[in-house]
Amino acid sequence: MGNSLKGLIEKKKKDIVKLWFEATIQTYAPDTAKFYTGQKDPFANPVGHTTAEAIPHLLDQLLSDLDSDAIKSHLDPIIRIRAAQDFSASQATAFIFKLKDVIRACLPDELKEASRLKELLAFESRIDRLGLMAFDLYMACREKIYEIAANETRNQTFRAFKRAGLIVEPSEQPPKVKGAKP
Amino acid sequence: MADETPKPEELIQIDHRPPKTDWMDVPVNIRKGMYCYASNPKSVEYLGLPNARQWNPLDDDWQLPENWQEIIHEGFKERLEKYRSFRVFMDICVRCGACSDKCHYYIGTGDPKNMPVLRAELLRSVYRNDFTRMGKILGKINGARPMSLDVLKEWWYYLFQCSECRRCSLFCPYGIDTAEITIMGRELLNLLGLNIDWIATPVANCYRTGNHLGIQPHAFKDMLDFFVEDIEEITSVQVDYNINKKGADILFITPSGDVFADPGTYTAMGYLMLFHYLKEKFGLDVTWSTYGSEGGNFGFFTSHETMKRLNSKMYAEAKRLGVKWILGGECGHMWRVINQYMDTMNGPTDFLEVPVSPITGTVFENARSNKMVHIAEFTADLIKHDKLDLDPSRNDHLKVTFHDSCNPARGMGIFDEPRYVIENVCNNFYDMPANTIRENTFCCGSGAGLNAGENMELRLTGGLPRANAVKHVHERHGVNMLACICAIDRAALPPLMEYWVPEVDVTGLHEMVANALIMPGENERSTDLRGEDIPGREIVEEAQEESEVDSEEQADEQ
Amino acid sequence: MNLRYIVPLIAVTLLFLVSYLGAQVSAMQYVLGVVVPYVAILTFVLGFAYRVINWSRSPVPFSIPTTGGQQKSLPWVRHSKFDSPVKGWQIVVRMALEILTFRSLFRNTRMKLNQGGRLSYQLEIFLWVGALAFHYAFLVVLIRHLRFFTDPVPFFVQLVENIDGFFRVEIIYPAFKFGVPGVYLSSFVLLAAVSYLFFRRLFVRQVKYISIASDYFPLFLIFGIALSGILMRYFTKTDVTAAKELTLGLVTFRPTIPEGIGAIFFVHVFLVSILIAYFPFSKLMHLGGVFLSPTRNMPTDTRARRHVNPWNYPVPVHTYDEYEDEFREKMVEVGLPVEKMPEPAAAEEPEQAEEKE
Repeated sequence: MGNSLKGLIEKKKKDIVKLWFEATIQTYAPDTAKFYTGQKDPFANPVGHTTAEAIPHLLDQLLSDLDSDAIKSHLDPIIRIRAAQDFSASQATAFIFKLKDVIRACLPDELKEASRLKELLAFESRIDRLGLMAFDLYMACREKIYEIAANETRNQTFRAFKRAGLIVEPSEQPPKVKGAKP
Repeated sequence: MADETPKPEELIQIDHRPPKTDWMDVPVNIRKGMYCYASNPKSVEYLGLPNARQWNPLDDDWQLPENWQEIIHEGFKERLEKYRSFRVFMDICVRCGACSDKCHYYIGTGDPKNMPVLRAELLRSVYRNDFTRMGKILGKINGARPMSLDVLKEWWYYLFQCSECRRCSLFCPYGIDTAEITIMGRELLNLLGLNIDWIATPVANCYRTGNHLGIQPHAFKDMLDFFVEDIEEITSVQVDYNINKKGADILFITPSGDVFADPGTYTAMGYLMLFHYLKEKFGLDVTWSTYGSEGGNFGFFTSHETMKRLNSKMYAEAKRLGVKWILGGECGHMWRVINQYMDTMNGPTDFLEVPVSPITGTVFENARSNKMVHIAEFTADLIKHDKLDLDPSRNDHLKVTFHDSCNPARGMGIFDEPRYVIENVCNNFYDMPANTIRENTFCCGSGAGLNAGENMELRLTGGLPRANAVKHVHERHGVNMLACICAIDRAALPPLMEYWVPEVDVTGLHEMVANALIMPGENERSTDLRGEDIPGREIVEEAQEESEVDSEEQADEQ
Repeated sequence: MNLRYIVPLIAVTLLFLVSYLGAQVSAMQYVLGVVVPYVAILTFVLGFAYRVINWSRSPVPFSIPTTGGQQKSLPWVRHSKFDSPVKGWQIVVRMALEILTFRSLFRNTRMKLNQGGRLSYQLEIFLWVGALAFHYAFLVVLIRHLRFFTDPVPFFVQLVENIDGFFRVEIIYPAFKFGVPGVYLSSFVLLAAVSYLFFRRLFVRQVKYISIASDYFPLFLIFGIALSGILMRYFTKTDVTAAKELTLGLVTFRPTIPEGIGAIFFVHVFLVSILIAYFPFSKLMHLGGVFLSPTRNMPTDTRARRHVNPWNYPVPVHTYDEYEDEFREKMVEVGLPVEKMPEPAAAEEPEQAEEKE
């Protein structure tokens, strides 16, 4: 284990987590990235805090058994934020794939050995799987946003319609429908 | 920090890294989900406001009047001469950056132009160019720039990404209030007919029908009748209410949102029950009004003049009905207007009396001049004098936290009254972390007329800091109910919670009061005002109930 | 934008050089030591007055204090006197805390989640400390300099000097001699604080993003002033007596240029003059503006006492009568009371009326 790729990553975990976090946070405007990195108060800086919380857990999952529930619980908060922010789908999820670059950068010599290639490819496949999960979560969040927006509008117009008789044509029977006020 | 290039940047190609350009060189990109639709010309016309026309923020051509730059310049000048706040705030900012990370929109969106200082600089840059010599000479290096179409679009985009919550003003060593700057900026935009429809149409509605939703008087009454029916079903008490009644003791005005949108409707039912209780027990005569059926004031988000035009109805109606004083319902910006503007704009009110609670004898000294009392003050006083029969255990299934709405917080300072009420009507109350409540409170993300449907991303990101704090108390204490004293909160927080903390629901203060209130002659209640069973008090036999729950759970899982 | 600090840096450097070179010419010494200071003071006084009058000319139409604490309401609710002041003295305390302790900056608390989700609080204190150090050091330096404009020197100036110069323990305890006689702490605090404020602008990304030339210029200028002052006092050893002769001459309107004053002195005086003259036209006017900020200096008793807007004007309103005229039939139909009953015909056949709609 100690000499396996996973073992090497374990050893450099601290650096990898740090670089991965920075790579993620640098998708924001530079001055904002600085704020998201620097402000340690979780309530004054939910974006930075959520990201910093999740990254090490995600790496742990990649190193262990990719438990989808565990991943979801850590990946969802980040993706949920990025899905609502000013990012395209690729921008919102690209940070997962940044991990590949981070690992290559952190283990330049170790990865030169030909024997590592297989391991590396396997590990990168896991990253890809994580990326795919991120897509799913991203889509779910986007759908949720549309759903919320649509429901809100629908509820408003729905109610307005329900009461349209009341509002516009007073001669009609008031729609004393119980469902008028869900 | 250009020189201290972080390591990963050298090593890794970062595709989506935004460029490090000067903020003035970043062109405005009006993005879907962040902006609200343009005002409907009919609404603008109805109010007689200038430059009503069809326009689209996404178009290159905004159909501006020919001399629009002159209009802005003259309007700017006029406001500098009329408002010391504006002039001083334009001059004394030292750009220390204390405010920069205090804005919920900046925290949530990460867009640097949402830093309060930069939002103000949007206007200040034009101010320097138009009204200071230094700015004129040095130009861009001294942060000055002439007004242009791009600048105007930037103003519009970012001034409608500010909820006028005043959180930044709390941290500014000079008290510079971005809300004040946004208010002025929006006034200037309105000179060119550049309002958003979510504001313009409610304002026109309110002017005409007395409320933002455009509900006509008979419909308003019908809605209250619905509530009466619902209340009777739940409590077996038929509540009585007055509407447009001359000679009542008190005129009650609350946002129309509470009468027509969930979950505010339950708060409205709460008011009806409280007033009925007070009438039965103490003979207090409270009347609602259809002419004054709106507590909120979206005119405040348009211009000072429009605010005054809408606000005038409150005193006018109080005078017509001959009441003693006015009681105001739970609302955010409504109370900013009432507390800091109303008396100045539409006072003095010699036809009203200094508010006294006829039940407790308390004189509301703090409302001596403008004669308007907040219902949280009123109810807190009742509870303090032990005038309400309350059974807080009916709210035992709730673990409650309280969201201080921005305007009552930083434009009024009502913090302890609602908390006192909550603590007396429920047994589980947990405050959120200190730098997210009271005067430090975070906005719901939808204030100042920004609770439209089309800018959902703005609302969700802007509400993130609030939701994040709710999530904390949810995870730590199992909080499942977010209480608030604002109708916009009641409209805006449910979607916010649905996205970030779906386990938490939203309630008004007086919904909880009414749930705990033991009405004279009522049957033992098995459900709350929402028609949901109160755990432990279900009428249904235990076994049957359990199986129902089971089947419900199964359905949920499917 | 580099230009935003490069230009002010060049400007201050040029000012430094111009005055240094000018001081070599005796005719220019008169200009630098007499004419320029007089002009600067005059500009300052007139400019400051102009700005304050200009601000005051704009009325305060609404009372818009930021309420930073519990309002004064029911007698049993604890009123936060200094964050939501209602009485005059409470406002004075609020303003004093603001102006003397920079209380709003001090509000920057930060929270941390420890293991197990427990919260801890700490102060985000650097900006506050930096700002406080800067302003108080400046004040002390200013008071110390009164020595050059008064004769005899008032006691409080000496007091401040004694406190400021506590490194002068050598006088009392010769054993602890520091080698440099009469080191004033304030000069170095000022220099350090001004450097901090500068580097903060340069390196704190958000602050750099919002900074403009007029943020850097006074910092460079003050840096130059402090530096020239320190040079003069500890290194070139300017003739203090001669210097005082000049400054006292300015105050008594008998300006003279004594012999033997070093060039650095003229640089110092020149830069100070520039700062003074620049003051009223810059953000440094926050000194005056802070007193006029309506979010801080207004009482929060806006419901108890009516604030008057001098330009309050009547606005078009939608009156109740107009409202009832529009909705009368509908109101009558659901039994809402009205002021004026509809015409009998209309009242009898509301159904018909509605059909027309």
